[in-house]
Amino acid sequence: MTLIHLAIFLPVIAAVAIAIIYRYVKDVHLGWFVLPIPTVIVAYLFSLIPSIANNQVFHHTLNLMPRIGLNFDVYIDGLGLLFAILISGIGALVVLYSISYLSKEEELGNFYVYLLIFMTAMLGVVLSDNILMLYFFWELTSISSFLLIAFWFTKEKSIYGAQKSMLITFFGGFMMLGGFIILYIITDTFSIREIIANVDLIMASPLTPIAVVLVLLGAFTKSAQFPFYIWLPDAMEAPTPVSAYLHSATMVKAGLYLVARFTPVFAFSELWVWLILVVGLVTLLWASFNAVKQDDLKGILAFSTVSQLGMIMSLLGVGALAVATGADEQIFTVAVVAAVFHIINHATFKGALFMVAGILDHETGTRSMRKLGGLMTLMPITFTMTLITALSMAGIPPFNGFLSKELFLEAMFEISNANFSALADWSVLFPILAIAGSIFTFIYSIKLIHGIFFGERTHETPKEPHEAPKLLLASPIILSALVVIFGLFPNILSGTIIDPAAMSILGTETALNTEISHWHGWNNPALWATVAIVVIGTALYIFRNSWMFIYEYHKEQFTLNHLYDQGLIYSQLGSAKAEENVMTGFLRDYMVYIFGFFVIFGIVTTFYTGLPITFGDFADVGIQDMALVLIILVSLAIIMMTRSRMVSIIMLGAIGFSVALFFAFFRAPDLALTQLAIETVTTTLFLVCFYHLPKKSKHEESIKFKFTNFIVSVGVGAIVILFGLAAYSNRLFDSISQYHIDHVYDLAAGGNMVNVILVDFRGYDTLFETLVFGIAGIGIYALMKAKVSRKDDENEEHA
Amino acid sequence: MKSTLKRAGYSKVQRQMNDVFIQFTSKVIFLIILLFSVNLFLAGHYTPGGGFVGGLLAASAIILLLMAYDYETVKKMIPVNFHLMISLGLALAIVVPTLLFFFGVPFFTHQHTYVTMPVFGEVALHTAVIFDVGVFLTVAGTSLLIVTLVGGTEK
Repeated sequence: MTLIHLAIFLPVIAAVAIAIIYRYVKDVHLGWFVLPIPTVIVAYLFSLIPSIANNQVFHHTLNLMPRIGLNFDVYIDGLGLLFAILISGIGALVVLYSISYLSKEEELGNFYVYLLIFMTAMLGVVLSDNILMLYFFWELTSISSFLLIAFWFTKEKSIYGAQKSMLITFFGGFMMLGGFIILYIITDTFSIREIIANVDLIMASPLTPIAVVLVLLGAFTKSAQFPFYIWLPDAMEAPTPVSAYLHSATMVKAGLYLVARFTPVFAFSELWVWLILVVGLVTLLWASFNAVKQDDLKGILAFSTVSQLGMIMSLLGVGALAVATGADEQIFTVAVVAAVFHIINHATFKGALFMVAGILDHETGTRSMRKLGGLMTLMPITFTMTLITALSMAGIPPFNGFLSKELFLEAMFEISNANFSALADWSVLFPILAIAGSIFTFIYSIKLIHGIFFGERTHETPKEPHEAPKLLLASPIILSALVVIFGLFPNILSGTIIDPAAMSILGTETALNTEISHWHGWNNPALWATVAIVVIGTALYIFRNSWMFIYEYHKEQFTLNHLYDQGLIYSQLGSAKAEENVMTGFLRDYMVYIFGFFVIFGIVTTFYTGLPITFGDFADVGIQDMALVLIILVSLAIIMMTRSRMVSIIMLGAIGFSVALFFAFFRAPDLALTQLAIETVTTTLFLVCFYHLPKKSKHEESIKFKFTNFIVSVGVGAIVILFGLAAYSNRLFDSISQYHIDHVYDLAAGGNMVNVILVDFRGYDTLFETLVFGIAGIGIYALMKAKVSRKDDENEEHA
Repeated sequence: MKSTLKRAGYSKVQRQMNDVFIQFTSKVIFLIILLFSVNLFLAGHYTPGGGFVGGLLAASAIILLLMAYDYETVKKMIPVNFHLMISLGLALAIVVPTLLFFFGVPFFTHQHTYVTMPVFGEVALHTAVIFDVGVFLTVAGTSLLIVTLVGGTEK
């Protein structure tokens, strides 16, 4: 358990502490107690930067289940460190922001516990070397995101948004697991390092295209790419600190991390490159086009985030070309550098913009673009921050967004030089999509600045607008300052963070020595593209009223949201109908379904494989065995024929005790003991249950002979006998009891093999059985309480 | 006992049954069963027994009391909160393997040492015992919870 494992688990351990103490510290805002945690983690991670920049990597293992390869391996390289710093750094700023954003009236305990769980989960995703652990942490981020979106769970929109995000991201995560399992089948390891080393196996395998699609499904759903982006705008129901943290800077970037991490593995695949490139660019254009028409401020930012993620995704597609065609091709490594740089830049300006949205919501009471206007003089600091960050988003010098956008456009133009698949033939399309997307990005950025702060005040805001308190402004000011600093001095990042990250994506050891500069020369097509974007964008914005009518043509019936909603409704209707037909309410019918299938399955198996049964080698049947069988048969007969409930219970108990005696005869004392004890308790339970059954009625009915039931019961009996005999006759494997006999003393220090297996060798099973038992008890308690209270209400009505 | 049988539909019992026998004997037998359940539990690692059987027998001991007396009297005699029992049992069962994990061994590897005690001589200390205590408590707690609930007497 090294320091880095501790750093990953620290937030969740703190969450346990927070859950306990939050009742007792109502006077101080809970956020102050949470703030040290990400701060400490980010400080520790900063200390690792020098070693990582020197090409060192850290690899630590924590053994969970070494025999099946499930270990918690932590691997820190440039890419992992970059993301970890983003997660903890922005986490610290978000916690600081939430201290003044969320009042003490809210359920702060819940909020910070969920947030801390998310922090651990996200750190686990980016620092994990074992793909199974990565999947575990991935789903944990989905769970905590779900909880955070539904934080104000009394609002129906929150629940809808949380459910949508859950359905889409869990679907993607599950698909990703399938892809990971395929990778395991091909390379026989769960470690990402070893999978990368075995790329030749993956290139040769016919299963690879399936793995590519499945893994990309995971990445596209988490990073809200087209057509899975629909959950992100609805996730804006979450409190703004959550939107700034999860849904702009960290969780949605997990998909990008996945693509980046697996680039050395899949870069050779044409399917991979085409999918990422096309989906990324389409997302960029579609989302920025939709962002312009949004009325809700957070809606604009949500679509903007989707669009920017598409941009980074497409850059990673071009970056894959660098791996596929050899990393010496400097023309493609620029794409990877751009991707990494934009991940950082986007986190800074989008995080700040979300915080600004929260400030505006806090201080004016509204997020609607129609009601906001003319606030420049009333909220000067907020205006300055918005100006800086929105211009950076639009790609205007001298901010950091301009630098990464220039690199993006350059990379898009470079595709024409690609010697890979048919890319060069289609290469004229990519810059066009990129430029179109950037034009709309420019338009909505200007709309943000102009629509909120310039023009006339609308006087429709619920509250009188005023500048935010200093504490609320602190985090966005820091982020905006970073936008300026990274814009003017990008090379403080290039050697220390960007290059190591880019090198891990490319899988290369050779130093990149990137130098990012503002001016790339007159011949650079990216320069003219930027000029075009600014000119066209400004023109479109000034004359916006003349072309915005095209948004009307996007009818409600054709949206993806509509498809999702209809899908949900019809699947619920469909299952209700199926349930009506199958679930009759009679236990007997369900048993016929189950046992009937079992009988059919048995007959089919017997036909196809034959059941070789040898009758030798059986133990002798003694007189006591036959006597017990007789007792059981007689008890069964009495149960079926008696009219008294009491007699049935007692006969049932007799059968149970006979079985216990059987165990004793077959030399299984533990089983016999347990059977005796269980029989006692369940007989008592039956007696006590009868209190709730309705009184015996005088109505008598002869039992009709049901042919289906007869066939099924005879069939089940026959199949069980046949399978039992066949299993006994064909010993395919050695009995595992030999291993236990050999090791029961040295490994487990016990003499009773059965019990030792229960608590030691197979203790994990026992753990879950006990859990299930406990859950069953609590479930019965809940059910009985609901029934009893309903019964009381009914009784009161009749009384 | 009479009340239980009556509830099960046997209205004729009241003239023949007398609760005195079972009420007297159950006070003694209950203690024997309880002691035996603890013995079974502790003996589990070397002879037949273990957490499950121990828990069930402990539950049966209290069920015997429930048969003889009614729920309120038993509650006064043995003020045990079943929910707490279940939670404590589950907590012990989960904490033990997880705690071991933090000491660097693979998940759920038990540790054991031998200690010499003054009266008992050499005695083995095994983390499996703590886990088994968790199982014992959960099993006993759930059985009792269910029996008292369904009996319609748990409030």
